[in-house]
Amino acid sequence: MSGKAQYRLDILLGILLFAGMSFALYMALIGAPTERTMGDLQRIFYFHVPAAITGLAAFATNFVSSLVFLLRKNRRWDALALASAELGILFFCMVLVTGPIWAKPVWFVWWTWSPRLTASFILCLLYVAYMLIRKSYEDPERKASVSAVFGVIAFVDAPLVWFSIRWWRDIHPSPMLETGGLDPSMRPAFYACLGAFLILFLYLLRRRFCLETMRNKVDGLLLRLDEMR
Amino acid sequence: MDKMHYLFAAYMAIWILLALYLFSIHSRERKLREEIERLKNILDKAE
Repeated sequence: MSGKAQYRLDILLGILLFAGMSFALYMALIGAPTERTMGDLQRIFYFHVPAAITGLAAFATNFVSSLVFLLRKNRRWDALALASAELGILFFCMVLVTGPIWAKPVWFVWWTWSPRLTASFILCLLYVAYMLIRKSYEDPERKASVSAVFGVIAFVDAPLVWFSIRWWRDIHPSPMLETGGLDPSMRPAFYACLGAFLILFLYLLRRRFCLETMRNKVDGLLLRLDEMR
Repeated sequence: MDKMHYLFAAYMAIWILLALYLFSIHSRERKLREEIERLKNILDKAE
């Protein structure tokens, strides 16, 4: 892609993100009706759940990119895997911070080791370990291969996060979208927030991927300099 | 704490995390850009 096309894509994504986030905020805080039992506190749900879904999408991107890297050994897939792992951690940090803020007034505790919460916490820790593994290797090829294998294994926890509230008894609210538990009047706000979070993911993924491309360029220049000496 | 405070705290936490991440990406981009320029200059002089 040429520099001009990349610049245009950046502008387009930036405009989409600004418009999408503004609309999502309006829908979540004003447009959506107030829930009967929890009141305005339920509005945390509109950002908490999309952050969780986007985080899982980021980890799924890491899983696919890691697999493709192991098959093709192309460094661009490794860069995509790294970018998506970092973003997955960011979105899961949002989930793990907003969840307890919602839980305290509703469950009267900040945290409980329920299957969903525990699996989510472990998933986040697994990808923190993924980042630490990358830091512990000097050789770029070995770093990429070892972290790709770890990324594929770490993703095993993601279905546990998704299905934990279906498989085991859990204090966490049941899956409202599939069971129809979410009131139809609340769905536009939820989908607006989900859309905005997915645009945010694409925007950040692109920026983080470009950052890794720049880092590879630095590695290439350093190699050239070493060869000249 | 009032329920509205929890709502405010949750949304603020999201924006703070996002702002910190954007700041981190921006500063890493800036450092790499400077590093690329520095290395290119060294290579140009050497060639």
